[in-house]
Amino acid sequence: MEVLQILPQQLVFGLALGTVYGLIALGYTMVYGVLFMINFAHGDVFMIGSYLGWGVLAALINVHVVGLHPIWVVPLMLGIAMVGAGLLGAGLERFAYRPLYLRGATRLGPLISAVGASLFLQNAVMLTQGARMKVYMTNLLFPRTWRIQVGRVNVSVLVLVMMGVALLMMWGLHLVVQRTTLGRSIRAVAEDREMAAIVGVNVRRVIATTFFLGSALGGAGGVLVGLYYTQIDFFMGYSAGLKAFTAAVLGGIGNIRGAMLGGLVLGIVESLAVTFVNPAFKDVIAFAILILTLVFRPTGLLGESLPDWEKV
Amino acid sequence: MLRLSDVVTYYGSLRALNGVTLEVRQGEIVCLLGGNASGKSTTMKTILGMVRPRAGRVEFEGQRIDHLPTEAVVRRGISLVPEARRIFGRMTVWENLLMGSLVRRGAPAPEVAQDLERVYLLFPRLRERAQQRGGTLSGGEQQMLAIGRALMARPRLLLMDEPSMGLAPALVDQVFDIIQTINRQGTTILVVEQNAAVALGIASRGYVLQNGRIVVHDTAETLLRADHIRRAYLGEN
Repeated sequence: MEVLQILPQQLVFGLALGTVYGLIALGYTMVYGVLFMINFAHGDVFMIGSYLGWGVLAALINVHVVGLHPIWVVPLMLGIAMVGAGLLGAGLERFAYRPLYLRGATRLGPLISAVGASLFLQNAVMLTQGARMKVYMTNLLFPRTWRIQVGRVNVSVLVLVMMGVALLMMWGLHLVVQRTTLGRSIRAVAEDREMAAIVGVNVRRVIATTFFLGSALGGAGGVLVGLYYTQIDFFMGYSAGLKAFTAAVLGGIGNIRGAMLGGLVLGIVESLAVTFVNPAFKDVIAFAILILTLVFRPTGLLGESLPDWEKV
Repeated sequence: MLRLSDVVTYYGSLRALNGVTLEVRQGEIVCLLGGNASGKSTTMKTILGMVRPRAGRVEFEGQRIDHLPTEAVVRRGISLVPEARRIFGRMTVWENLLMGSLVRRGAPAPEVAQDLERVYLLFPRLRERAQQRGGTLSGGEQQMLAIGRALMARPRLLLMDEPSMGLAPALVDQVFDIIQTINRQGTTILVVEQNAAVALGIASRGYVLQNGRIVVHDTAETLLRADHIRRAYLGEN
């Protein structure tokens, strides 16, 4: 059967897509963990990360750098996109959210500010970069002939790189959160902000750092998505952001492992939908999952790790 | 060491502290007594900068601290064992203790290890459960963890908010023994309690709060003997 032949292929692709969703979802879930707000501008931070990566690649091509090889070009793109997106995220926290939560605004305040920031970023990019698509010259980095046969599955090196980079970053984040003082401080703020301050955590700095980390991962996701789909525009953060948000909710918002798991599940479900149902229904199925999760298991797959106040 | 002068603190329009003046001297155990809503916890929160006083001053070792953010107060050498313990339930016991040493960032690792050893000697139970999540501990063990976490900061002044709350009588005695031990090891202690008899048993002096004001202040011995005070202000029979 034809379907069974392309299934393994689709699963690998679903896994790769899923890890990237997970990467972006981490930004939502980490911010929610420390601030209990959904950063609706996160999708646009991801978009700007994608533009930054595109800018690096386009600049290298324009000045005719010889020996373009992914082994150094991809890390360079990722590095610049991550630093830029990270600073942008921390800047949003500083100027769009902190003034509100410091003055004791309700939780709705920062949320609306985030929607505003999202519109601002989209329009800023549209006005400065134009509304037309930008094209990632991915095939200069990863020629179409770069494919690897793994058993019965034939995958492009690019997909493997995508998955590898995303997994590596998740692993890195896991180490930071579980093993370092910063990670413990982030978890302490997420669990009990006041008590964290009592043991000496600089809560504001931890929140800003969390924004930086989550946004940097989103920026990396932007580069990976750009490399894969090759066409980016100022509006790409909207749908990608919604997908990643779905992944975060599916895994249990506020839960870091949940975001990774939610991303994977979503990526695989989507690729199965493409294989067995109809590619046109891909988004319908993804958002149906969001609705079903909210109705039947609002705490998500790994929901037991929700902040304590949520359980009361 | 710690001095509050005429401290007035509001919660919104509600006046919680109405001119509190008290002093804790180096090496003492001082207890702050009072019934519900008398302002005991607010006093603690004001000292730590969790709420800002509208008037009056809080001084620690001769310097005003009432304008500092909480983490800066803690860094000066004041730690809190909060009411209801508030350990980090999703972190292991060991991680909770490490959080306590956060204010000593940059301290050499052997010193932190030494502090950890000191806590484990005071509470051998915590060593056994080091890798367990804080949330899985019993109430008494959580109280030990909360005290241990506060000690990891090497505080010069330890604030304790209702350390006996919710503990079985035998455990209460044990906790107060340990408070005395900690004091003998050189930490000054201000303890807030509803359980006046136990607290006065280890304190050198006591203050009684009522409606946000200090109404009585005397040596612990005198307060323990003064039945009328206990009846009038502490709700005992």
